Amino acid sequence: MTQSEWFARPYTGGAEAMQFVKDELLAEVLERFPEGVSAMDSRFDTPEWRVEPERLHDVASWLKQRGFNMLLDVGGVDYLPRQPRFEVVYHLLALPALWRLRLRVPVEEAVAEVATVSDLWESATHAEREVWDLFGIRFTDHPNLTRIMMPANWHGHPLRKDYPIRGPRDQTPTLAAERNRYHATKRPADRPDRGMTWSPEKGADERDPNRQDG
Amino acid sequence: MSMSQDNGQFLTTTIEKFVRWSQKSSMWPLTFGLACCAIEMMNLVSPRYDMAQFGGEVFRSSPRQADLLIVSGRLSHKMVPVIETVYRQMPDPKWVVAMGACASSGGVFDNYAIVQGVDEVLPVDIYVPGCPPTPDAVIHAVLKLHDAVLSGKALGGVVRA
Repeated sequence: MTQSEWFARPYTGGAEAMQFVKDELLAEVLERFPEGVSAMDSRFDTPEWRVEPERLHDVASWLKQRGFNMLLDVGGVDYLPRQPRFEVVYHLLALPALWRLRLRVPVEEAVAEVATVSDLWESATHAEREVWDLFGIRFTDHPNLTRIMMPANWHGHPLRKDYPIRGPRDQTPTLAAERNRYHATKRPADRPDRGMTWSPEKGADERDPNRQDG
Repeated sequence: MSMSQDNGQFLTTTIEKFVRWSQKSSMWPLTFGLACCAIEMMNLVSPRYDMAQFGGEVFRSSPRQADLLIVSGRLSHKMVPVIETVYRQMPDPKWVVAMGACASSGGVFDNYAIVQGVDEVLPVDIYVPGCPPTPDAVIHAVLKLHDAVLSGKALGGVVRA
């Protein structure tokens, strides 16, 4: 079905649009990209596809031609200690057909690199800068991959789960007392600070199948 | 302030005391709302609290016309160069009030993003406790600052020759 035929249909709300993406669009993309794309078992209304990072740009440009003219957001997820550790999530919308689609791209920590989609959707530039700033995932061929949330001279990527919650005050125990006066890094042993002993492994989601500890 | 007035309509004082009196009598704050404390700060000039009676009714939008910087809320590291620039643009003498727990000590935001007390970057004259402080508390702090200015304890960054 072409998009113009779709527009000619009587309006039936979002459910039919979701079903169209789940059935017909998925069949189309599987025919065109037999490897690299798979439908995910989603608990949400929006269809979710897992896309391998090396096919992302091809799939994205095909989706744009197919009618997804709006990129709502690009997000990052840190699934530590799962491997692959990161995921980059793209939220797509086709107007006025109201198709919605979520692409989830697994990213290895050692690679931490995805092709940019900012040449397809201009709105990706800021969102990808945010993912780079907070998760440290690089976007190749991005026109201006600089920090957007944190100061330009910041070190580290704060939304990574192994980033210390107090930032430089945790990273440098020898920080001068006047920079550390309210919350000293060195605490007595009988007064352990939960914020200091918390580890991302202990705090990992129980539903995570690759969880390491008991 | 020890001014004496006789029946012949004379007023005797020193230049220095007169300057201090005029400084405290029209201490204009800068519009610099950072977080939820700014909502309480806006109430200062409302009819209910009426800071105009203490000479501070005009919130200036330009730092070049302001004497008083009320840091109302948490200061993030990204904001530090901005508030430093704004503070430098204010003419001397100038005073700083750290309003609320976040501006005073970082408050509940014990994390990487928030400066743990605005006195790490600016010289603070008065700290106001509370989360957020009531407008009464801020007016009380400003009046305390007026007393300090009048008695010569808070010179507003001006070094006496």
